[in-house]
Amino acid sequence: MKKQVTLAREFLKGIWEINPVFKQVLGLCPALAVTVSVVNGLAMGVAATFVLVCSSFLISSLRKWIPSQVRIAFFIVVIATFVTIADLVMKAKLPELSKALGPFIPLIVVNCVILGRQEAFSSRNKPLRSVLDALGIGAGFTLALIALGGVREVIGSRTFFGFPVLPDQFEPWLIMILPAGAFLTFGLMMGFANMYTDKKARIAKDRQLGKLILKQERQLIKEAEV
Amino acid sequence: MKTIIHMIAALTILGILAGGLLAYVNGWSSPLIAENERKETERAIFLVIPEGKSYERIQNAGFEVYKVFDESKSLSGYSLVYDGNGFQGKIKIMAGLNNNLEKITSIEILSQVETPGLGTKITEEPFKGQFNHLITSPSIIWVKGTPASKENEIQTITGATITSKAVVDILNGGIARLRELKAREAL
Repeated sequence: MKKQVTLAREFLKGIWEINPVFKQVLGLCPALAVTVSVVNGLAMGVAATFVLVCSSFLISSLRKWIPSQVRIAFFIVVIATFVTIADLVMKAKLPELSKALGPFIPLIVVNCVILGRQEAFSSRNKPLRSVLDALGIGAGFTLALIALGGVREVIGSRTFFGFPVLPDQFEPWLIMILPAGAFLTFGLMMGFANMYTDKKARIAKDRQLGKLILKQERQLIKEAEV
Repeated sequence: MKTIIHMIAALTILGILAGGLLAYVNGWSSPLIAENERKETERAIFLVIPEGKSYERIQNAGFEVYKVFDESKSLSGYSLVYDGNGFQGKIKIMAGLNNNLEKITSIEILSQVETPGLGTKITEEPFKGQFNHLITSPSIIWVKGTPASKENEIQTITGATITSKAVVDILNGGIARLRELKAREAL
């Protein structure tokens, strides 16, 4: 029996520890392509989360019944069904947003974040855990897209969520809303994320080393006293 | 043998359920989607011919073109939807033309995927506005670098010459086909 983590951790790990965009580096195609504005990033994130949560719940409920030889085909059909539902609903109710996101909604079908979660998590865990995991990963994906979209929208078109935030004197950097801007923003953000993780790891290591040295010194002092 | 049957059964049941669910969602959404599209077309038709009050699609034209009528139900012009290749992909334009196809009332870019900040300027007033009341015969021409001087001339956008030229070509192409129809009295 492998060690079970708490339910809260199951949700929280997706936001930072195994964030799909910055840590697992998955689902980059939509992440880089649609993040020219915050609204697009948010919509893409919400659509992907909907698909992820629905598929995770269904697949985890049926995990014992799905024949393992055809599991990938099974996952893809389930995911494709939910993606098509999301696409149709967006087209019917939010035509403007659906137009802005273009072909990226149907392409959630092949988003490796979602298939990856089914294979790595939902097909071997209970429904409750799988849904929490899916929600966490979805939230992590959405937050990453909002962060990317936020930086690109503010610098590239002077607005945030459609509201102007920078003065007119600021000349927008066109490159930020072009594909190159996506790579620049993403690279820098991932760099900072890694820098933070490294620093934390180093501090932990230093502390351990400090304890070790202290112990050795005490030993020496004891010996000297003897 | 047992696994094979299990595999086939699992995928078949899934396929049937997924198909049924999608058919249901599609049944609910397709009238709404059609309604959205109709509204958008209607909005564009009346935007390019402001005095228009009702419209009628011309059948068998081979492309999208609408007769637009004013308040007194008399013909006030044509709304033409035509597309062609831009710099990065298709540009789709709605153009309003007067009765004898000699003059553009105004144009509207329906869809485009041009370079943000350069090619996308075709959707903005400084460029689009040049087509208001532009003479279309013998054809629309473009100039680069200097302001337009003739009645059938427009100035291209600096840094987006190909996109600007594409708009002119698309309009000329569409109007030429419309003239053919007119000559055959199919309008």
